[in-house]
Amino acid sequence: MDAMLHISTLHYLVLGAALFLLGVIGVLTRRNVVIVLMSIELILNAVNLNLVAFSRYWQGIHGPSALHGQVFAIFVITDAAAEAAVGLGILIAFFRNKETVNVDEVNLLKW
Amino acid sequence: MNPVTVNPPVATPFFFYGTAAVMIIGGILVITRKNAVHSALALITTLLAQAALYLMLYAPFVAGVQIILYAGGIMVLFLFVIMLISIERQEKERPFNKQWLVGIVAAAALGGLLIAVYTTTTKGAVLFPEGRVSYVESQNTQGIGALLFNQTTGMYMFAFEIASLLLLVAIIGAVVMAKKRI
Repeated sequence: MDAMLHISTLHYLVLGAALFLLGVIGVLTRRNVVIVLMSIELILNAVNLNLVAFSRYWQGIHGPSALHGQVFAIFVITDAAAEAAVGLGILIAFFRNKETVNVDEVNLLKW
Repeated sequence: MNPVTVNPPVATPFFFYGTAAVMIIGGILVITRKNAVHSALALITTLLAQAALYLMLYAPFVAGVQIILYAGGIMVLFLFVIMLISIERQEKERPFNKQWLVGIVAAAALGGLLIAVYTTTTKGAVLFPEGRVSYVESQNTQGIGALLFNQTTGMYMFAFEIASLLLLVAIIGAVVMAKKRI
C-alpha cells in the first residue's frame, strides 16, 4: 500500500517504459510513415520523462541547482524538432514520387 | 523546513495515476487508430498529460517547453503534413504490416528486460530507490539558464551552440527535400 501511495522515481520509470514499449510496437507494426514518426515521438517522450524523473532524484541528493536531467530533456526536445522537420520533409518528397505513405512500399533498395 | 520556500506535493498519487492513465490510453490510441489525424490528436493529449507530470516533478520550464514546442510546434507540423498527403486512401488499407506479430514479440522481450532491470536488487536494495524530496522550486528556470549560459557554471554552452547548428542543418535539409525545384 505504501508503494501505491508514495510516488517514487520508479513509478515514473515504469510509466516511461510503458510509453517506450508502445512506441516500439508502433514503429515495428504500423505501415503509415506518419504514424511511425509519431511513435518515434512517443519513444523520445518516454526518454524525456525518465530524464526529468532522474533529475528530480538527483536534486534530492545534490540540491536544487542540479538540473542536468532537465537540460538534457530540453536538448532531446530540440533534437525531436529537427528529426520531425527532416523526417516530414523526406516524407513529402517520397509521397510526391510514389503517391503512397506506406513503409513496406519503400523497397527501391531491396533485392 | 521553511513552509514558504518548500512546496509539498498535494494529492500526488491521485494526479499521478490519472495523468499516467491518460498517457497510456493516448499512446495506445496513437498506434491503433487508422486515421492519422486521430493518432495526432491522441499524441497531443499524451504530450499535454506529460507536461502535467513534468509540473509534478518540479520542472515548470520543461513543462512549458513541452507544451509550446511539442504540442504547439511539432504536432502542428505533423498535422500540416497529414493534410498535405492523402488520407482518404489510408482509411481503406490495412493499418498494420505483415510482421506485426514479430514486432509485438520483440517489444515484449524488451519489456521483460526492463522489468528484470527495475526489479533487480543488489544487497537488498532496488536499483532505483525512492526519490521523494521537497525542495526550493522557485529557481528552476534560472538554474537551467545558468547551466546553459553562465560562464563559470554553464557546462552546456558548447552543446547549446551545436544544437543551434543542428537546427540550422535541419531547416535547410527540410526545405531542400520538400521543395520541388530548388
